[in-house]
Amino acid sequence: MSADAAAPPRVVLVDDHGLFRSGVRAELGRQVEVVGEAEDVAPAIELIGRVVPDVVLVDVHLPGGGGQAVIAAVVRDHPEVRFLALSASDAPEDVIAVIRAGARGYVTKTISTAELADAIRRVADGDAVFSHRLAGFVLDAFAAAPAAPDVRPSFDPELDQLTNREREVLRLIAQGYTYREIGKELFISAKTVESHVSSVLRKLQLSSRHQLTRWAAERRLA
Amino acid sequence: MRERGVQEQGEPTWPAARSRRRSGRHDWRAQADWHAQADWHEHADWPARVRRLRDRGDGGPLRRDPDDRLGGGVAAGIGARAGFRPNTVRIAWVVATLFTSGSAVPFYFVGWLLIPARGEETSIGSRARHDSRGIALAIALASLLGVFLALSGALNDGSIAVYGWPQVISVFCLTLICRNAGETEQAVIRRLVQPLESLWSSGDGRSRRGTQLRFIGSGALLIAGLSTLLSLRVKIALLAPLAGFVLLAAGLVLLFGPWWLRIVRDLMLERQARARAEERADMAAQVHDSVLQTLALIQRRADDPAAVVQLARAQERELRSWLFEGRAPGETDVTSLAEGVRRIQQDVEARHGVPVEVVTVGDCPLDEHVSALLAAAGEATVNAAKWSGASVISLFAEVEPDKVAVAVRDRGKGFDPEAVPADRKGVAESIRGRMTRHGGEATVQSAPGEGTKVTLTLPRTVKPGGPVPPMSGQRR
Repeated sequence: MSADAAAPPRVVLVDDHGLFRSGVRAELGRQVEVVGEAEDVAPAIELIGRVVPDVVLVDVHLPGGGGQAVIAAVVRDHPEVRFLALSASDAPEDVIAVIRAGARGYVTKTISTAELADAIRRVADGDAVFSHRLAGFVLDAFAAAPAAPDVRPSFDPELDQLTNREREVLRLIAQGYTYREIGKELFISAKTVESHVSSVLRKLQLSSRHQLTRWAAERRLA
Repeated sequence: MRERGVQEQGEPTWPAARSRRRSGRHDWRAQADWHAQADWHEHADWPARVRRLRDRGDGGPLRRDPDDRLGGGVAAGIGARAGFRPNTVRIAWVVATLFTSGSAVPFYFVGWLLIPARGEETSIGSRARHDSRGIALAIALASLLGVFLALSGALNDGSIAVYGWPQVISVFCLTLICRNAGETEQAVIRRLVQPLESLWSSGDGRSRRGTQLRFIGSGALLIAGLSTLLSLRVKIALLAPLAGFVLLAAGLVLLFGPWWLRIVRDLMLERQARARAEERADMAAQVHDSVLQTLALIQRRADDPAAVVQLARAQERELRSWLFEGRAPGETDVTSLAEGVRRIQQDVEARHGVPVEVVTVGDCPLDEHVSALLAAAGEATVNAAKWSGASVISLFAEVEPDKVAVAVRDRGKGFDPEAVPADRKGVAESIRGRMTRHGGEATVQSAPGEGTKVTLTLPRTVKPGGPVPPMSGQRR
């Protein structure tokens, strides 16, 4: 939020569809500064290392390893670069994998330009951005399937469960509520909603939770 | 629903599908004709049928079918005309041959000669009338056989001649067919005489020697068999003619066996290729009826972005469910909550043109209660599409261990729940009533200008096996 008044965020687009890249570039126009484009994993890693943007818009599915590979390679050297995943329509386990690799959010390509610009700004500020679809995936992944007793829980068991509040927030996101609307609905501030979402993101990324793995495995089998 | 409508708008333009359908109808009509003349069944004389079919000359002419043939396509043609399978006709013909001492065989060749092939105007016979050299050759060959038969008739009791004489006609016809048939039929005849040709043609050394050995062996067997038969008299024991026939048969098998095998294999390959082509045709028809139609619609409505988006969305969903879930377009089986929710999405988008954003968490199979929940959710979604004026409706379904919840939300006009118009009140009651009847509840939150949210919850009756684990998550 602090960067609102500052210069527009510098953005790199990584997507294998040239048409989509030029579309996004044209639509985002003045709201962000697009400093580079890449259509493949290796060139993307090289480009991001060179220009060090604020935000990378990365497609979940890329030839040569997917968005996951880009994030994993960049995060080590440039932890300050933030990633926002986007795609047309993907398998939940792929989306969750990208988030776990380090992306700070996931939006669908059907998102409106204004919303996308807003999402980029929020990611640049260090917030998490959950689309309604990602909220559904996360609820599914953390679904209250009882933990199998033979599997060791995470180091911090807190990470394995969503709180009721977080669950409520995710449900409302899944129904297309904005943070402000959620705050109104739950009688909390938008800022608090934001912190709940960030907390969910942290759990998603840090939990060594067996259930996440099992969930992904089951989804792959299904 | 939309897809059905498109299909019904007219015959598909895809040519193969159309021609196939037309030929199907033709067969059916031919069959009806056939039954009108049911007395034919009483006269089991196939050649007579052939002649009568020739003489009729009215609609649906008798044509040999070159696509489904073993020889000249006569049996296939008659089968198609009379509504029988070609193999039935063939078997009937063979049986007739056995019972009439071979008299049925020449009728096949007469049919071949006189019935035009499908797609041709004239029969081979009418072309052969001008082939005077061919006629001379045919007469020569036929009379050669006649002389041979007369001789053998003089040598034994004439049982050979009984079988042989009808074949004089066969030889005559076959000669004319050989000389006057069209390009493709020539190829078939060449295939029939191939084994004889292979004797003289230069294959690689080994196979030619093999053929020669085979030929010599079968020649010896044939001569032995024939001489046994020729020298026998009726009074002699049954064993001798039997031995003669066995020797003859062995000779024929040795002579023609490999070639018969090859023909059978060729026919099988041909049939497989045809099956593959039909499969591809079905695929093409499917793609035509769905994707191509939608693309055409999109082009026509290019000036209406909302309609284009909606068409593209509906088509994408249908294509995905066809490609990845094996569900045919338009198939309507709904077995789980998530599928039901998706069906609501499709119906509302198709009928009311309002996009529906769907998120489902978990899934459960349908029972009567969950079906009622789905029906109520459908009602609420349709209401939102009809009345709210919102540009998008959100439909959220979550299956938890102890309950199923569905939320339908729009950002449209909204209304004051205390002062609802009568018609909407009725609908709200039907949603609420339905839920309470099944042990659930419905709440409606709305205020003017703030949109509407309908929340439906249904407690789950946990089955003895424990809670059903979430089957799958969000689908589109």
